[in-house]
Amino acid sequence: MSNDPAETFRQEARELLEQLEQGLLDLEHNPADDDLVNAVFRALHTIKGSGAMFGFTDVASFVHEFETAFDKVRKGLSPITPELIAVALDAKDHVHALIEAPDSADGAGEPILAALRGIVEGDSFPDAPMIDPAPAAGVPLEPTGRWRIRFRLPADALVHGTNPMLLLGEIADLGPCEVTALVDAVPGLEVIDPESCLIGWQVDLTHADPVAALDDVFLFLKDGMELSIEPLAIAAMTEPELPPAAEAILDILAEEVEALAVVADVPAPKAAKPSKEAREATAAKSETASTSMRVPAERLDELMDKVGELVIAQARLSQLAALSADGNLKTVAEELERLSSGLRDTTMGIRMVPIGTIFSRFRRLVHDLSRELDKEIEFITTGEETELDKTMIERLADPLVHLIRNSVDHGLESAEQRIKAGKSAKGTVRISAVYAGAEVAISVTDDGAGLNAARIRAKAEEQGLITPETRIADQDLYYMIFAPGFSTAKEVTSLSGRGVGMDVVKRTIDGLRGKIELTTRPGEGTTFTLRLPLTLAIVEGMLIRVGNGRYSIPLSAVEECVELPASVATHSRGRNFLDIRGSLVPFLRLRDLFSTPGEPDAHQKVVIISSGEGRAGLVVDQIIGNNQTVIKQLSHLHAGIETFSGATILGDGAVALILDTSRLVSYGQAYEEKFRNENGRAAA
Amino acid sequence: MTTFTEPMRALTLRLDDELFAIRAESVREILDLVPVTEVPNSTAFAFGLINVRGRVVPLANLKVAFGMAEVEPDQDTRIVVIETEIDQEPTVVGIVADKVYDVTDIEPAAIEEAPRVGMRWRPDYVRGIGKRRGDFIIIPDMQRIFEIEGRRSGTSTAEERSAS
Repeated sequence: MSNDPAETFRQEARELLEQLEQGLLDLEHNPADDDLVNAVFRALHTIKGSGAMFGFTDVASFVHEFETAFDKVRKGLSPITPELIAVALDAKDHVHALIEAPDSADGAGEPILAALRGIVEGDSFPDAPMIDPAPAAGVPLEPTGRWRIRFRLPADALVHGTNPMLLLGEIADLGPCEVTALVDAVPGLEVIDPESCLIGWQVDLTHADPVAALDDVFLFLKDGMELSIEPLAIAAMTEPELPPAAEAILDILAEEVEALAVVADVPAPKAAKPSKEAREATAAKSETASTSMRVPAERLDELMDKVGELVIAQARLSQLAALSADGNLKTVAEELERLSSGLRDTTMGIRMVPIGTIFSRFRRLVHDLSRELDKEIEFITTGEETELDKTMIERLADPLVHLIRNSVDHGLESAEQRIKAGKSAKGTVRISAVYAGAEVAISVTDDGAGLNAARIRAKAEEQGLITPETRIADQDLYYMIFAPGFSTAKEVTSLSGRGVGMDVVKRTIDGLRGKIELTTRPGEGTTFTLRLPLTLAIVEGMLIRVGNGRYSIPLSAVEECVELPASVATHSRGRNFLDIRGSLVPFLRLRDLFSTPGEPDAHQKVVIISSGEGRAGLVVDQIIGNNQTVIKQLSHLHAGIETFSGATILGDGAVALILDTSRLVSYGQAYEEKFRNENGRAAA
Repeated sequence: MTTFTEPMRALTLRLDDELFAIRAESVREILDLVPVTEVPNSTAFAFGLINVRGRVVPLANLKVAFGMAEVEPDQDTRIVVIETEIDQEPTVVGIVADKVYDVTDIEPAAIEEAPRVGMRWRPDYVRGIGKRRGDFIIIPDMQRIFEIEGRRSGTSTAEERSAS
């Protein structure tokens, strides 16, 4: 994990901001839910606290103002309105910007705060700085007592990024105070560890409720620090001030007297009594700490690579064991095979992330779109718990954003049109994820007008994709929206309609070895369904040989293997079709496709593969067997070569290319079509 | 054209009968010739793939970029694994060297800009020409070479081949 405290803060803040956003969006629907209000408040407060602690002062001060405004909501002084939520979301975005790119976010904050204040204004409360988030906030803030606070930070506090100056600054903000350093624990120079925090502090503070307020200041340090809060006699307040040096001496004396007591004092009953809220937060935190931990994504990738190498090494061992007569070696090889496949499954499991993590982002998208386009939208998500490989999820985010935008912008009609069509004024967009065998199906559905076949046809003709004479089924016509540069929107809106959308979606999904389907019913709506493999990292493969080269075919695409009939094998040209139980399947000679030198083997085999609707046969020299294939992406240098989707490392350490089956099937179909056309012409 | 202000720490190697210098920081490791998997339909430049510690790494033949004659691999042949950027993406690639010499510092004063004329090679492939003990050393612009040569691959698609 990164040791940079600022990065740790950023990571944490990102999660908190996400919670904040979810809370705000939920509030819009349930404005009366106090728990939600408190959750929002807690998120804000934690960001402020840790922001200040890690030196993100801009963040802290902005969030402080944000929090102050929101406090009025919490106290019921200002109602929750859609406008308030919208501005609050802007404010959240600004905090995000401040954290990620502080330089570029300059100056954007003040207008947002002004808007926020404008909305919550209307009560007579002065804009008092909000310090105390605990339920005790209702207590008036005027100083009612004088307290002596002594604290010592854990020795490793500095190493963990705590800045005592900021803490003292925060305490000083609470009220009038005097600070004295307790230096008794500082050893001589020769043994001092400059990274340890050995100084303690004594603060005499005037404040109404220092227990709760300090709880807040020390939010992240409570474990392991020493803290005592005692009321000072009123007399102490009026005590003439001693010169600092004298005071220090007195302190040291006092310290010596109560030295033992102070040290033993840590969790004593009079020490900070956490508020209920803070307690809950801490409880929740420690609970998650024990059941899950944060791991940087690169480490998971690294782990996956290592497991991949292990699987390869194990395959090599199994190969050797199979050749050997040593029974013990065989036993060990089998044991290792079992272990490594278990380890592989576990590792893949770790990389699986529920898709709900990106669904939540779309709620915000729909919220913004709904305001921008003035369409009332109900957004329904199901199947959030469906898990996919994390790389897959990351790469799915953009295509899904596009599909949702498309549904909201093009799919859903305006409220008037909907009412005219006898539908409710409020449109519905639904996103769902379900497992379907070894695949996951993700659908985006709207209850809008459906695709307009006539308009797509007109557009396709205009773009020269088809001629007016072309006869084409509606279903095939619909798929033309995935053609590059295709857009049926009459006007180009800021959201979609620049025609750079659907083809990018299609390409991304292809790149993930997935498929995209669409169904539409005029007047009832459209559904886009993405079908994706569960993981990108490992597939079962069938290893084949063509000439001297070995290649892997994803086993999921293999239907069957047959001998290449001698009658077809001898003709290098001519009809490249096989009769597979009555249906004709086009075949491709991989030797020709790969320009392999040398003579083909005497008994060539055909591997029948399928993809979607189509089938094709691949003529190979030899079928070697099945293998575990750890997919490695090809570099940009080989990205232009379409027949391969990646490479893998074999048991003997050699690299084998993985065939892109859907591409090969489409080659086969292109061949079939060409053949038909030629035959058609010959007949005519 | 990049100007050189600091001494360049470089790995020197030989391709055909020319001396080349590659930035030493970009070099990951130097391997003996390993089994190479040829990639059908690739260019002669990016012709294969090798396994470098469990990673699949593309292997390139710089002689193609410089129009040099092929030499049969012998006991001096090495694969130099370097890291370069291709289309803004850091990429690990292997290049075939006929012989690898040593790591040396080339003083900026000893480096001249590549002449625009009178050179057998594309001028934009050469960052500069260094001199050392009377020898000329070509300092290639790896990033540029890989981007230009890399773009050539896949121009003849497999579809065209299968259709013919």
